[in-house]
Amino acid sequence: MSQYLILLYEDEGAYANAGQDVMNEVLQAHTTFGEKNASAVQGGNGLEPTGSATSIRSDGAGGFTVTDGPFAETKEALGGYYLVDAADLDEAIAIAKQVPARFGGVEVRPIMVFS
Amino acid sequence: MLAATVRVTRDLDLAEECVQDAYARALTAWPVGGVPARPGAWLTTVARRRALDLLRRDAVLRRSLPLLVEDDDQAGPDAIDEIPDDRLRLICTCCHPALAPEAQIALTLRMLCGLSTAEVARAFLVSETTMAARITRAKKKIAAARIPYRVPSAAELPERVEAILAVVHLVFTTGHTAPRGGDLVRRDLVERSLDLARMLRSMLPGNADVAGLLALILLTDARRATRTADDGSLLRLAEQDRGAWDRAAIGEGVALVREALRPRPPGRYALQAAIAAVHAEAPSWDATDWGEIVALYDLLAQIWPSPVVALNRAVAVGFARGAAAGLAELDRLAAEPQLAGYGYLPAARGEFLQRLGRDVDARLAYEEALLLTENAVERQFLLGRLESLRH
Repeated sequence: MSQYLILLYEDEGAYANAGQDVMNEVLQAHTTFGEKNASAVQGGNGLEPTGSATSIRSDGAGGFTVTDGPFAETKEALGGYYLVDAADLDEAIAIAKQVPARFGGVEVRPIMVFS
Repeated sequence: MLAATVRVTRDLDLAEECVQDAYARALTAWPVGGVPARPGAWLTTVARRRALDLLRRDAVLRRSLPLLVEDDDQAGPDAIDEIPDDRLRLICTCCHPALAPEAQIALTLRMLCGLSTAEVARAFLVSETTMAARITRAKKKIAAARIPYRVPSAAELPERVEAILAVVHLVFTTGHTAPRGGDLVRRDLVERSLDLARMLRSMLPGNADVAGLLALILLTDARRATRTADDGSLLRLAEQDRGAWDRAAIGEGVALVREALRPRPPGRYALQAAIAAVHAEAPSWDATDWGEIVALYDLLAQIWPSPVVALNRAVAVGFARGAAAGLAELDRLAAEPQLAGYGYLPAARGEFLQRLGRDVDARLAYEEALLLTENAVERQFLLGRLESLRH
């Protein structure tokens, strides 16, 4: 069994403009997803919008540059994640296809194993 | 043989080493003891035994290395013959949609067709270092992301077969008209694509899309010998010696097309093959059933709407209903951004303009087409068309 992180990349503006009914639907979809995949899902969270993000880069000389905003400016921003158990990539993709992401999509990344 | 060995090692690199090792042993063993009755089985057994030895010896080390995932029951170590499932697993892994398309093609040629890294690099006109890096990157992703080494479930299979067919089709089209270089056809790639399509056909005998792609390759490639003149210059369909077309390939292709057309609606390869079959069965260019070809393109455009299909349809309309009708269809495609760099559009316009006696416009069109191809044979053809306008 391996672990994968499913990263949710979606359009923040779409959420900002969505009404309460849409937000309720989204919440319900995530609850349903969590219940259906309870054995695989090991954790997950939603993130505050990228307006709250701070990026810290090494300046290569022992110091740091701290900037306002996410690491990469993209149309779809990282907005949440699920940590899941899956036997292999195909199983992880099958779970990822069920993750609610109506304003974008998801990225699947294997968790690195140190032995 | 490689596929069967991968099942033991679950590691592509180690499997390749074991297979090479088996060949090396054959070189010393066969001259002494004679060639075994089933050389393939002998080599597979030696390679698999070597893999098991190495795995046992390095059991501790290997546990820490990423392995290919294989979750279903393993055939016992006595299973000597490579079962077709092994190759299906291998091609499913090589053509996994989680790999970059160019990596899928490279891995398929390397692992299933047995091309060396240098040969794969030559086929795609990149340096051997670049290709080696591409293959290494793909193998790392297979291991790190745990892309499984198994036949996908029945539910996943259609989507995965589609990805495999796309790879095989791309190998064929790259070979059929090489994008660059001095030869029109890269025979090696065409033949590898035919091998792969035949292999898939034996693994998935009931799959209409597989039958369609095999038919398409057979019917298109049946014309290979006649596509260029003795001096290497391009011959159009109208000028080709139909007597020299490969009748055996056409017969096989036509039978496959019938089978491939059964599902409703038929798949894209089946329809493309059906179009090739109409050409293959026409006794002459003038006797070609262009109405049928336009009708097949109409169906194709419905299930596979693409600017290139629309372009081919427009050309067929030109032959079915006259150059003016064809030109009108082509001009409707002029604004299509995906065709902006596609040399066949101005080349076809030039052809119809020339037929209509509009030589000045035809010249401009051929000159535009000339800017868009780097294939020497195609360039020579277009220069010839320009020359014909001077008389």
